[in-house]
Amino acid sequence: MSALVQLVGVSKTFGDAPAVHSVDLSVERGKTTVLIGPSGCGKSTLLRLIIGLIQPDSGEIIFDGAKIAIDKPARRSLGEGGIDIVRRRVGYVIQEGGLFPHLSARRNILLMARHLGRAENEMRARLNQLCALTRLPENLLDRYPLELSGGQRQRVSLMRALMLSPELLLLDEPLGALDPLVRAALQKDLKEIFARLRQTALLVTHDLAEAAYLGDEIVLMHEGRIVQQGSLKDLRQRPATNFVSEFINAQRSLALT
Amino acid sequence: MKSVFFCRGSRWLPWDANSVPYRITIVAMLTLCGAALIDAQVVIGSKKFTESYVLGEIAKRTLSDAGIPTEHRQGMGGTIILWEALRSGQIDLYSEYTGTITQEILKRTDQLTFEQIASELGKAGVGMTEPLGFNNTYALVMVRSRAEKLGVRTVSDLRNHPELKFGLTHEFLDRQDGWRPLAQHYQLNPQSVIGIDHALGYAALASGSTDVKDAYSTDAKISEYDLVVLEDDQKFFPQYKAVFLFRLALAQPALSALRKLEGTIDEAKMIRLNAEAERTRNYTLAASLYFESDTTSTRLRQGYDAASNAFGETFSHKLTRWTARHLELAGFSLLLSVLIGIPLGIWASRGGAIGHVILGFAGIVQTIPSLALLALLVPLPFFGISVRTAITALFLYGLLPIVRNTATGLQDIPRALRESAVALGLSPAARLWQIHLPMASRSILAGIKTSAVINIGTATLAALIGAGGLGEPILSGLNLNDHATILEGAVPAAVLALLVQSLFDRLDRVLIPKGLRL
Repeated sequence: MSALVQLVGVSKTFGDAPAVHSVDLSVERGKTTVLIGPSGCGKSTLLRLIIGLIQPDSGEIIFDGAKIAIDKPARRSLGEGGIDIVRRRVGYVIQEGGLFPHLSARRNILLMARHLGRAENEMRARLNQLCALTRLPENLLDRYPLELSGGQRQRVSLMRALMLSPELLLLDEPLGALDPLVRAALQKDLKEIFARLRQTALLVTHDLAEAAYLGDEIVLMHEGRIVQQGSLKDLRQRPATNFVSEFINAQRSLALT
Repeated sequence: MKSVFFCRGSRWLPWDANSVPYRITIVAMLTLCGAALIDAQVVIGSKKFTESYVLGEIAKRTLSDAGIPTEHRQGMGGTIILWEALRSGQIDLYSEYTGTITQEILKRTDQLTFEQIASELGKAGVGMTEPLGFNNTYALVMVRSRAEKLGVRTVSDLRNHPELKFGLTHEFLDRQDGWRPLAQHYQLNPQSVIGIDHALGYAALASGSTDVKDAYSTDAKISEYDLVVLEDDQKFFPQYKAVFLFRLALAQPALSALRKLEGTIDEAKMIRLNAEAERTRNYTLAASLYFESDTTSTRLRQGYDAASNAFGETFSHKLTRWTARHLELAGFSLLLSVLIGIPLGIWASRGGAIGHVILGFAGIVQTIPSLALLALLVPLPFFGISVRTAITALFLYGLLPIVRNTATGLQDIPRALRESAVALGLSPAARLWQIHLPMASRSILAGIKTSAVINIGTATLAALIGAGGLGEPILSGLNLNDHATILEGAVPAAVLALLVQSLFDRLDRVLIPKGLRL
């Protein structure tokens, strides 16, 4: 079993509308899994379930063999600190970066390490490493989020997520708000970073080209269900439903124009 | 110098003067004005009218001359407030009238002899001096020209003129020997009776807005406004002989000094002292006239400055005292509002029923008129006539802006950022202190600033219950119908509000994180 995270029959309903319906999913260690699908298909909801921002109505989420569960006894089985311990083993990057505007880039990145009382020199070494890895000039570290460009903000957000060397990296449309040139540069950098760190990553996007470029495994979702899982080639040559072909054709025609 | 200042503070405040919160607010904010205030041994009270002020000053001077340290708390309010203050030991003595004692304090409708009154008061732990000499009874007065035109000479004559408008003091309206029994006794049934402040009532009378007013028979305004006292032809009003009431615990030397005043002031003299007080706007100076019985008013006027320096406080000293007390009231109440308002705001920001209850409660408090809130607190056991009451009322007023701004400031934090903090694995406490509160700091500080400015303004009302502050000159100015005196309190209060505003503007730059000010 090389799955780091496993979702078994996970369902989640918001009000009347089911957001996620009986989903089974494995995120393999060392691989980049990409969740793709139209807006509202439930892909972001899956990420929020894994990091514990919301609780599933039914089903199980297993992280590194331990249940991150809804009921109290299971939560207790996670041990002291409960879900927070799991969260420290997971990095989370969202579309606008989610940086705290009152903290400089440096303090955003070090926030959690400081909270855990890590040694100063250890943190400084890690910070230098991350600057090199994400290609962020060190002189930008003292700037506040508002003084950074969108691309720089995402690099800082990525550094914050990687600071504690998480086993799993969750990225929710991290490049969605960037212009095409910056986006292309970051896609390339992300791919290199994942490869160098052998990072287990689960990335959400609605851009098929990005999914194909970054993903080892593509998971296509539609209306809260997983429609098909595999490589882009699989999806293109052996579409499971009409929706799969429609989705791929629509994206391809966009890419050609 | 500081320790003397704190001695005074400690007799007022419910906790230790050397405690940390006290020091933070008071030392930091107030020692700028750092005046040494005298630790008074004997506290003299007075009601909110000229004669009571003057008698208070006379007592103060008499005791001071006997080498006894005194403090005079001017214009604390009406009879019940002074009586309660005396009984609870907040003041040691004040001047009162026999008729008032019988009717208002002892609640008797029959006439008591002087000895009976003294023995009844003794049961409450209060002593009474022999009469000071004059009888200041209630009287109804009218403008002379108007009374003559209508042919009104006695109270009975009013029966023929129900169209006359009565502008009476609130106290007279409610007294057992006041308006209601008087109207019943004389069968008066006027169409219009309104309650009005004593000093403003004279202006209303002079301008013709009202026709009849209650007054005291030694009132200097009677000659000043050319008024006529309507004859009490059916002998309704009881005797109002002036005496001093004192706590039986009062030290013997002080009592002996006080007793020297017995039988030394007749009506004519009292009217002269009252007139002098209203003319010069200086009670200390008027009181000094008592001690120099053959002094002519010319000589007195020449000695004005000397007298005010010798027996009264200089203006700058008074201003410092008022301002220090004002800041003490506003600062302390603000500190409480902050300490309690921010946690309530955090709680309210989580929404739900509790959030609605908290915001609703703070909102309701805000809608109670400040005067009514003071009046509601005064009868409660812990409060009474004290600085404590004023601070509590101000604290309640300051609560809403802080609670509401804290709650909205926290609720306005975007969901994505809240979730980022959760996803990082920060503990709830760390999220509150490192993320939520700093991000809401601008809104919270704006709420504190609003509260501070409101408190500076509302604190002027504290003088109504004898808590002092810049409301003191405003009240006596109102009493004397003297705009200059009102401005002595109003202008510094306004300046103070502006200073506090700019202080907080500066504080913004220190306390709001730089990243939020870009």
